[in-house]
Amino acid sequence: MKKVYVNEEWCLGCHLCEYYCAGMNSGERDLVKAFSREKKPLPRIRVEEGTDVNFAVQCRHCAVPYCVKGCITGALSVNDGVIVCDQTRCVGCLTCVLSCPYGCIVRDEEAHVITKCDLCLSRNATPACVEGCPNKAIVLEDRE
Amino acid sequence: MLNYVIIGNSAAAIGCVEGIRKLDKDTPIVIISDEPHRTYSRPLISYRLGGQTKHDKIFYRGENFYTDNNVSTLLGKRVAKLNASSVTLSSGEEIAFGKLLVATGSKPFVPPMTGLDNVKNKFTFMDLDSSIAIDGLVTNGAKSALIVGAGLIGLKAAEALLLRGVAVTVIDMAAKVMPSVLDDEGSALIKARLEQNGAKFILGTVADKFDEATAYLKNGDKVDFDVLVLAVGVRPNTELVKEAGGEVGLGIKTDKFQKTTLDNVYAAGDCTESFDITAGKDKILALLPNAYLQGEAAGVSMAGGEMPYDKAIPMNAIGFFGLHVISAGDSMRTDGKVYAEQIKDKSGNVTGYKKLVFGENKLVGYILIDEVDRAGIYTSLIREQTSLSDVDVTELEKSPRLMLYGKSYRKEKLGGQV
Ligand SMILES: Cc1cc2nc3c(=O)[nH]c(=O)nc-3n(C[C@H](O)[C@H](O)[C@H](O)COP(=O)(O)OP(=O)(O)OC[C@H]3O[C@@H](n4cnc5c(N)ncnc54)[C@H](O)[C@@H]3O)c2cc1C
Repeated sequence: MKKVYVNEEWCLGCHLCEYYCAGMNSGERDLVKAFSREKKPLPRIRVEEGTDVNFAVQCRHCAVPYCVKGCITGALSVNDGVIVCDQTRCVGCLTCVLSCPYGCIVRDEEAHVITKCDLCLSRNATPACVEGCPNKAIVLEDRE
Repeated sequence: MLNYVIIGNSAAAIGCVEGIRKLDKDTPIVIISDEPHRTYSRPLISYRLGGQTKHDKIFYRGENFYTDNNVSTLLGKRVAKLNASSVTLSSGEEIAFGKLLVATGSKPFVPPMTGLDNVKNKFTFMDLDSSIAIDGLVTNGAKSALIVGAGLIGLKAAEALLLRGVAVTVIDMAAKVMPSVLDDEGSALIKARLEQNGAKFILGTVADKFDEATAYLKNGDKVDFDVLVLAVGVRPNTELVKEAGGEVGLGIKTDKFQKTTLDNVYAAGDCTESFDITAGKDKILALLPNAYLQGEAAGVSMAGGEMPYDKAIPMNAIGFFGLHVISAGDSMRTDGKVYAEQIKDKSGNVTGYKKLVFGENKLVGYILIDEVDRAGIYTSLIREQTSLSDVDVTELEKSPRLMLYGKSYRKEKLGGQV
């Protein structure tokens, strides 16, 4: 299965992927408009900055998904290898935040739910982070 | 092979079905449970009562789960006895099994209290039916509730009732709330948040005596209530296995493949003991993720595979009125190094804290309150018992980031298959 990978040698730490991810997944095609809304859209990818290295990280869609196995409501499930969240069943208990080894579950505090990378399946498009990365550090590849 | 039979229809049972079906797509599975409902999320009974979720969203799996997985259900039926290769229902009916999973969960523990029989509206808040019944009373005008027990279940009931506008009093024998999970400081933060939202606490005392709608406390206080919730504690349901001659300690004893000492009988979830790798001893870990993981491991074993469950750790994610607490491992340990830091708001008030507990060259526990993002990075260090020599400890103390690992880890975990 194709997943998103980040080449840390190429990551500039520019955070553009976060903007593309948040904006494109907000349902608003225009980034400026998306970020002018009262409720700021949330990125599901996160850039970690270090002294000499930066990298972006988002859901690894693990083969042993502790988030799914531990989900107390059944909101998280695996759909053809992609871990997805049914927000109508999520109560924001954060058991998945407790469980995820990569820290890739994002809290939507206002809505009392979590959100996460679904490889842009719900947008039915190439992941926005991959498309938007100016240095091609983020790629969609099958490494199985 | 003969049927698989599962007693229980909750997290451990569903984990078992999913474990079995990884390897064996065909052999029929029979689920027997004394609750009449299709599988639902037990923790959601408080969210349903508080109006934080709707009834149709409390189900743990979709409507077609049983048919999709070739499972037949006997709901509203109680298993009375476990025999060598069958179980006997209380109706007398016998169901044969090839392999059996006991996933009977826990039952409420109610200490004897004088006059409890006089109270009509009393509940233990362990199942959906009690949640529905309390909901009905509140809808019909119940205005006040007394909750006996300030543990997780009692406080979740308190939050739900407060959200419904009910006046809530919580009493506990202990001097603090959630004593088994939180230290004094954490406990005080949770208590304050509930108080800000209307809860009244009377701690360090017990109920001496009850009338129909009044509790008389040992400290002399008198509390009137329309609804009484008894949430003093839970105990594992071990009787079936014990009476059949299986080994039982605190809970049902199993090996790491979840097999009991009885032939062809496995056990998983709240009814069992787990070996807590952080405390180095057997414990009851009555938590949903643990129940699912044990059930899944049992299912794989029952179907002939091997999926040892040998990384059990205590872990909790709880929240009250938006204040979140995440903890894992042996967070109360005091004999090693402890890193602690307070979290303050703009005006300097303490809103939460971070506490990291270290053991022999590894992280063994943590508590995060209020700032809980990415907590799982810490959980993983504990679960995998990662050596601190392999990570940047200063980075680790600062915040949970993958930057704390070295480059080779990142290459393997972020660049490859996980
Ligand atoms: C209000 C509340 C809130 C909670 N919140 C959380 C939370 O936030 N996070 C968390 O991790 N955990 C939470 N828990 C705990 C969690 O619900 C349990 O750990 C989990 O449900 C255990 O699953 P289980 O499958 O082992 O057993 P259970 O869910 O207890 O299910 C066992 C089932 O077996 C049935 N049964 C027992 N004996 C028999 C018999 N002889 N014949 C037929 N059927 C039988 C029982 O009626 C029950 O339906 C909460 C629990 C409650 C009550």
